[in-house]
Amino acid sequence: MNDSIMSLLDKYHLIAAFAVIGLTMFVSHWMSRHLTANRLHGSAIAILIGLALAYFGGIYTGGSHGLADVSMFTGLGLMGGGMLRDLAIIATAYGVRFSEIKKAGVRGLIALFAGVLVSFLAGAVVAVGFGYTSAVDITTIAAGAVTYIVGPVTGATLGASSEVVALSIAAGLVKSILTMIVTPLVARMIGLDNPRSAMIFGGLIGTTSGVAAGLAATDARLVPYGAMTATFYTGLGILLAPTVLFLGVRMFF
Amino acid sequence: MVIYGVALLAGCMLVGLIIGDVLGQLLGIDANLGGVGIAMLLLIFVTGYLKSHDHLPESTESGINFWNAMYIPIVVAMAASQNVAAAFSGGMVAILAGALAVVLGLAMVPLLTGKRVEDATPLDARPVSTAQGRTH
Repeated sequence: MNDSIMSLLDKYHLIAAFAVIGLTMFVSHWMSRHLTANRLHGSAIAILIGLALAYFGGIYTGGSHGLADVSMFTGLGLMGGGMLRDLAIIATAYGVRFSEIKKAGVRGLIALFAGVLVSFLAGAVVAVGFGYTSAVDITTIAAGAVTYIVGPVTGATLGASSEVVALSIAAGLVKSILTMIVTPLVARMIGLDNPRSAMIFGGLIGTTSGVAAGLAATDARLVPYGAMTATFYTGLGILLAPTVLFLGVRMFF
Repeated sequence: MVIYGVALLAGCMLVGLIIGDVLGQLLGIDANLGGVGIAMLLLIFVTGYLKSHDHLPESTESGINFWNAMYIPIVVAMAASQNVAAAFSGGMVAILAGALAVVLGLAMVPLLTGKRVEDATPLDARPVSTAQGRTH
């Protein structure tokens, strides 16, 4: 009986994922209403629960896909994977007014370059502080602080060791997770309540998953604006890190 | 038909990704450069054009709005399938580098946003909300 239920859930894993996430959303919104009086957004609680589940799933299986490594929950990997995530991110652009995008204009562009540079510098400073001396290692870890996609791409281009690549992915993951958690908490303080500041925020932080989830937990209407600049950030990071920024690091190390 | 909306969305995504891929190849980098962002811009233009010419019936719209509304659940699924354990055991280098990048990035938001001007009014101040508002 138990086995047959398990094999059924394995077989219909995407459907099982829809059910699990639906339940998570329900529980989170219930908690938001009854335990925090709507002060903490339901989506923020849901993302936190998701991260907690991923932590325990990772500890339990030793795999790298959080809860999705538990065979019953493999559907979460498909549902939250790049393909459907990108489709849904693109769908959020529906209804966006082009006039709002134009307003972010030059500042949005400055935010993109400043964001990549500042994150890279932060990562480089920390890497040097921890005693890394090779230009390839420093660049790879610094690129990880840009995003967890830019890190490994840069590492692969420069031929970094797998240990350093893993560190750079971890740095990007920490950035993404922290962004998800911290954004709704500081949103008011940094004026994150309009399309323009959301686009600047997306350009400065860049980690698409973190920015989109953080904005979703703050105000879902801001997601498309932040997500749009954030997706260009990854492209810019991949463009700059293994080239100009690597040459810059090599001048000093 | 609902599938028209989904197909429109899928078409924008594919075209955006192809452009991003070609950009990457032109610059000799094995990666997609901003494909998703390009797809978003495409969707804004195409749906804006169709809407102004009255070619976007409600059923087509709902094909896009469904995925729009699925966004947050998908993000939760994504959060649940991240390598959170590794991020925390990845050593202090990873934690400090990631955290410093976030702190500096957040601190720079008000610097770049500048003084609040009338073109940056909060979303709540607007009479009509965007698509997200309609779907919830």
